[in-house]
Amino acid sequence: MESKLSRNLYSFSYFLWIVIFVILPILLIVYYSLFDIEGNFSFVNYQKFFTAVYLKMTLSSFWYAFLITVITFLIAYPTAYLLTKTKHKQFWLLLIIVPSWINLLLKAYAFLGIFGTYGVANSFLKIIGMGEQQILFTDFSFVFVSVYIFIPFMILPIFNSLNELNPTLLDAARDLGASAWTAFYRVIFPLTIDGVKSGWQVTFIPALSLFMLTRLIAGNKVITLGTAIEQQFLVTQDWGMGSTIAVFLILIMILFMFLTNTRKRGV
Amino acid sequence: MFDFKGFSMQWYRELFHDTRMLIIVLNTIIVALLSALFSTIFGMLGALAIYNAKKRQTKNMLLSLNNVLIVSPDVIIGASFLILFTIAGVKLGFYSVLLSHIAFSIPIVVLMVLPKLMEMSPSLIDAARDLGANSWDVLTKVIIPFISPGIFAGFFMALTYSLDDFSVTFFVTGNGFSTLSVEIYSLARRGISLNINALSALLFLVTLLLVVIYHFITLRNNKASGLGVQKR
Repeated sequence: MESKLSRNLYSFSYFLWIVIFVILPILLIVYYSLFDIEGNFSFVNYQKFFTAVYLKMTLSSFWYAFLITVITFLIAYPTAYLLTKTKHKQFWLLLIIVPSWINLLLKAYAFLGIFGTYGVANSFLKIIGMGEQQILFTDFSFVFVSVYIFIPFMILPIFNSLNELNPTLLDAARDLGASAWTAFYRVIFPLTIDGVKSGWQVTFIPALSLFMLTRLIAGNKVITLGTAIEQQFLVTQDWGMGSTIAVFLILIMILFMFLTNTRKRGV
Repeated sequence: MFDFKGFSMQWYRELFHDTRMLIIVLNTIIVALLSALFSTIFGMLGALAIYNAKKRQTKNMLLSLNNVLIVSPDVIIGASFLILFTIAGVKLGFYSVLLSHIAFSIPIVVLMVLPKLMEMSPSLIDAARDLGANSWDVLTKVIIPFISPGIFAGFFMALTYSLDDFSVTFFVTGNGFSTLSVEIYSLARRGISLNINALSALLFLVTLLLVVIYHFITLRNNKASGLGVQKR
């Protein structure tokens, strides 16, 4: 009896946290999306979201997130594969993971210096004779920096699933006459698809909602859903519209998680 | 600024003479330590709550709710907390930043502590009960010592999450209160300057130090795992 009481007491504080900071905020976002800027109840925000301006923004945000995810994946998969082949793989993995511990802002800030007019990148271009270019504040720099930031997050799950792969399976495939390429796309890739899916999850959703990088690196040339939400909340002060975009971002997130759902098979 | 003449500590000196900056650094550290402390306590209680849930369904539901804040994008957490604090009448500033840091660190602590709890053999608790321990004794003398590596790991994770966070803080910080990330952001929007370089270097060193400490804790965790079922 006494144990039940104390148990309920400490569970209670946790449930309180769930209600106040997990459930309530989502409900509030949905609730606020139903009010226009004057505070009247209406669906005007949803109507506005389906006009050309917002749809175009959503599509371009999708396009950039897709581009970032694909490029990150194309770099991360071979890297993770090579990592599993190296001698001290945990050490190399650690070296790749360390940058992900450094504050995102510091990384963005470092690129401000590298890509700036007098930065390293431009001095290099001058040496090879391409002359000074405007690198910072373009969509190229935005994609480049985002890819750089997401690479460790993509490598980690892929590395783990590649590492768990039983090497005898590969030998068996080769013995049965599969070429290296066939062995890769018939054996290795299907068996590591779970790692790939979680890699896509941790890249695509954050890429949709980046807002600091678009301001610092892309110089407002790229507008992602995250930037739009930040803009509506903190600059325009139109919380209704910001909430509406947030509702759609949540929906997209749920849909994407559902599509890339990794069902754990019994091990 | 771009022609390199030699090494100097001038910008570090300037940084330490900038009182405004020192206050911001102090704010950041206080918020990080307090939020790590509180989120560790609540996260531990949360892990216990999930561990004690009888039905498998309840357990899974609690875990999914727990993970909502980990998977949702920072912008959404920031925006929804902004609405929440405004409605609740919490003035934007120190308390709103602290509360939101505690809120988003709790699930991480839960995820760090829960595996340790799952690892613990239930016969330990039964044995303690048989020997006459009441539930408070069981909690403080059996459970907490056993899961302490998870608790420490959770504390350090919460600390780094709080130090690292920019997006959520940016939404709930209001005027007059600022943490390092927010300050660096507003300075960086004006272009690069040498005192942010000095500041960045310091922040980088602190992060590195935390990572090293965290690494040693997990190293000790791995060695200590299975302590409960010592074979003789």
